[in-house]
Amino acid sequence: MNDTTAAHQRATGHGRPTTPGGAWIGASVGRREDPRLLTGRGRFTDDIQLPGMLHAQFVRATVAHATVTGIDLSAVLDVPGVVAAFTAEDLELGDITARLGRPASEFVATAMPVLARDRVRFVGEPLAVVVARDAYAAEDGLEAAKVSYEPRPPVVSAARALAPGAPLVHDEAPLNTLLDVSMFATEGIDAVFDGAPHVVRVRASTGRQNALPLETRGAVASWDAREDQLLLQTCTQVPHQVRTVAARCLRLDERAVRVVVPDMGGGFGLKCVVGREEIAVAAAALRLDRPVKWIEDRKDALTASFLAREQHYDARAAFDADGRILALDADVVCDMGAYSCYPFTAGIEPLMASAEMPGVYKVPAYRVRGRAVTTNKAPTAPYRGVSRPQYVMVMERLFERAARELGMDPVEIRRRNVITDFPYTGVNRITYDPGSYRESLDLCERLVREEGWYAAREEAAAEGRHLGIGYACFSERTGYGSAAFAQRKMEVVPGFDISEVRMDTSGAVVVTTGTMSHGQSHETTMAQIVADELGLDIAKVRIHQGDTDRVTYGWGTFASRSIAVGGSAVRLAAAKLGEKLCRIAAARWELSPDAVELVTGGIRRRDGTGEVVGFPELADIAYLKAHLLPKDVEPGLSATATFDVFNDGTFSNATHGVVVELHPGTGQVEILAYLCVEDCGVAINPQVVEGQCRGGIAQGIAGALFEQVTYDDQGEPSATSFMDYKVPTAHEIPDVLIRHLQTPCAFTETGAKGAGEGGTIGAPAAVLNAVNDALRPTGTELDTTPITPETVQRAFGRTVEHPS
Amino acid sequence: MKPAPFVYHRARDAVGATRLLAELGDESKVIAGGQSLVAMMNFRLARPRHLVDVGGLRELDYLRTGPDGALRVGALTTHHTVETASDERLGSGFAVLRAAMEWVGHLPIRTRGTVGGSIAHADATAEWCLLAVALDAEMVALGPGGERRIPAADFFQGYYTSALDPDELLVEVVFPRPARYAALTEFAERRGDFATVSTVVALDLRDGAVHGGRVALGGVAPLPVRSPEAEAVLARGGPAGPELFTACAGAAAAAAGPPDGVSGDGDYRAALIRELVRRACEEAVSR
Repeated sequence: MNDTTAAHQRATGHGRPTTPGGAWIGASVGRREDPRLLTGRGRFTDDIQLPGMLHAQFVRATVAHATVTGIDLSAVLDVPGVVAAFTAEDLELGDITARLGRPASEFVATAMPVLARDRVRFVGEPLAVVVARDAYAAEDGLEAAKVSYEPRPPVVSAARALAPGAPLVHDEAPLNTLLDVSMFATEGIDAVFDGAPHVVRVRASTGRQNALPLETRGAVASWDAREDQLLLQTCTQVPHQVRTVAARCLRLDERAVRVVVPDMGGGFGLKCVVGREEIAVAAAALRLDRPVKWIEDRKDALTASFLAREQHYDARAAFDADGRILALDADVVCDMGAYSCYPFTAGIEPLMASAEMPGVYKVPAYRVRGRAVTTNKAPTAPYRGVSRPQYVMVMERLFERAARELGMDPVEIRRRNVITDFPYTGVNRITYDPGSYRESLDLCERLVREEGWYAAREEAAAEGRHLGIGYACFSERTGYGSAAFAQRKMEVVPGFDISEVRMDTSGAVVVTTGTMSHGQSHETTMAQIVADELGLDIAKVRIHQGDTDRVTYGWGTFASRSIAVGGSAVRLAAAKLGEKLCRIAAARWELSPDAVELVTGGIRRRDGTGEVVGFPELADIAYLKAHLLPKDVEPGLSATATFDVFNDGTFSNATHGVVVELHPGTGQVEILAYLCVEDCGVAINPQVVEGQCRGGIAQGIAGALFEQVTYDDQGEPSATSFMDYKVPTAHEIPDVLIRHLQTPCAFTETGAKGAGEGGTIGAPAAVLNAVNDALRPTGTELDTTPITPETVQRAFGRTVEHPS
Repeated sequence: MKPAPFVYHRARDAVGATRLLAELGDESKVIAGGQSLVAMMNFRLARPRHLVDVGGLRELDYLRTGPDGALRVGALTTHHTVETASDERLGSGFAVLRAAMEWVGHLPIRTRGTVGGSIAHADATAEWCLLAVALDAEMVALGPGGERRIPAADFFQGYYTSALDPDELLVEVVFPRPARYAALTEFAERRGDFATVSTVVALDLRDGAVHGGRVALGGVAPLPVRSPEAEAVLARGGPAGPELFTACAGAAAAAAGPPDGVSGDGDYRAALIRELVRRACEEAVSR
């Protein structure tokens, strides 16, 4: 169990403050980021202008797989405005290599060079960096570069990658397999399948997607001679990890690299890995001793950035006659593209799917094989939800199919199978902390009924229209600590977080967090936590993040960890500072620290006598009249705390309900209603949680119905702009009715669980189930996303008579 | 996604623009709202050496109705101007133009993009090109030798190709006759996208009966086309109702022979034509 709760009790040994606690946490405080961002006063990477700054663009591979026989940049240097151009040979940088501590039979590490040398593995792979006086001239320069290739046969699908005799993307990875794990394999599982009254099978594929932050990737690198330090300003979710890789590739001490993150326009996981371009830009800046900026354009963002989600499932589930699941057997193949991302590796998707697939259901027997294959397509990174949108979709399809086979109501079959007794240790050896799986399912179904959609479906059917209702019930592990990541056998093990809270003589506090808000409102929510703990107005609380010189260390923001882990560290640090303030006040009154308590704006005697001594007055003593401090209290007002999770983490959960209408003539899928019942424990700021739900659901719908990164058979990307990569807009995304349930987490300091990814996880399953419900009269069932209008129209075309 | 170098020229008036175009030769390109051209330049798919900006020529921004019943649309009139025009400005029988504007891109595109720019660009799926073909519009081109009028049937010649000479400027689009019972509809996976298939139907409707009409299709050929087969069904006439409309739609679908495209193969396009022509007929009647 977690010992930090005990640490918290020690830190606040004088007891919980009276007025503090409750005023800010749970309130939908307006986002403090909004005034600057909504009035154009934010500062994003592309807003940075430095004197003498140059602009970089990258010469990129135009073939998917080839040996590079020559790179001739001589004509590039003749292009007006071009200042320099460098290849891998010129810059002599170390490679980026992500590793797992697994045997060679399970995992093959592959190196990702910052710039490709003698081999290219996807269209868009960077080969050289061109630096010019502006971005226009840099792009002119790219056209003058001459790269000669000896083409190799490209591997553009997982099936091809795994076929015997397939060309190898990485010579060291036989069968193009970077990860191959077989897990759990409950004894006797084959007999369970053989003897089960019902066995259903789902073969599903999900389209390759781009997480698509509105702000593309980018960096501004400059050398600070006075600090003897590289300043790398870049939009990353993981500043400290970028510092580590930059220092190693550039062969600098880490102290000689400062990573600063400006405002960010989204990341969604795409920016929680270390890219090659930001390192190359830093190297160019060092080489030229001038600031260099690189802003990824949308074409590169769509084709040469990090992608995700292309997975193939072959899953079977056995059920008894009452609809109870008896066993689950799955084969998962994830198409990870050309390289393993740092620090997570190409194992991220198959390992997530394999470990977590049973999800909210009581699955007695489980066997899974998970594979990561490498192909000649742009590499992948974690994307909001990581594999959970896919395996939840497959699980929910298995239950729907079983319900059909058994003639059961699809909600009832779930009701019979969801975990209701917590803590529950699953067949996948994960312990699930308390959640509201059953309650969310019941409430969501009730809402769909109360909103009249069951009646509407019947009426529509009578009129020959096609309405469908679909659900997804799921949980999501959040707040992964070091222990949970260590189970993945990552060589670099993320997990803990550190926070420092420092009060100045005016009684205002600055709080550092190792998490990195890229749209999640941490300047607001982290401040709410501190305000509650100390009894301060949040106007007195300023959050510092995203600066490796200001923040001791951190793992950034991903895996819905920030509020659960980072927020806990913040609360502990604030509690420690509160304790110090109490000791100073108690000493002033010659009382024991137990005899005083924090109240709004200061400290008073527990017996209620005397006045409240304000924070500025105490800070005055701590800094300016240190001779008044008790001997055992150090001058100054700062406190640092760490937090980690020593168990399996905490599970948020939700049920989504979707109503669609299908239009047989065009195949259009129209979403008529979207309902979400979510439980992320204590919601620090419900409005922020709802924003996360809505945004996540929009991205989930995008995967279900619209977006797909496509390639031709030579590995040439065919969705190179928003014309072809069909990001849905406000026209396509419905409003979402959200209801909150609250099952507080017992071991985070605020009771909060993570809330960042759930929306994305539930949407594909719920939409797909709704579409299949509406397709019932056609006899067609769809298990592959994105569902295109053409597929739907064809399903109707096969069965419905169209008079002509 | 930055354009290749180009020289920017700003026209003072329409005649000046044609003079600049004649001077600069065929490596020059007219820019008005820039909603198609700039994107193509940013992808470096278009690399004009010279841009002649006519965006400032306010004298080409107008809607004029005349006693002949025609509507004259100045080439620099924006989609949004048409979308928000009053009945009076638009003239009797041209509500179809206003209603069609909701299909043109998104609001920011409609507020900058122009009618003339869209037609001169000659995209086979563009709403204005389809409307011009369906409603027999005439394009007024100004060149060094003066004005000439080009009927829609001759104006569109293929993918992004029109009858305009390199030194000509499209200055006006004339819709000669009111089209009271007409509608444009289309389908795309996302609202505002280039249509997979689009259609305009204009019916000759009197006393609840159809006495002929026009059917034009977009997205099925390199240029917007009329469907003689569907029009033949309308010409045979009959009560305005499902039977006639379904027959008309079926004829359009059967005859279109649409090419395979990114968004679907021929069968799917045929299905879309069938559905959309039927919808457009119904919408046209309901005006």
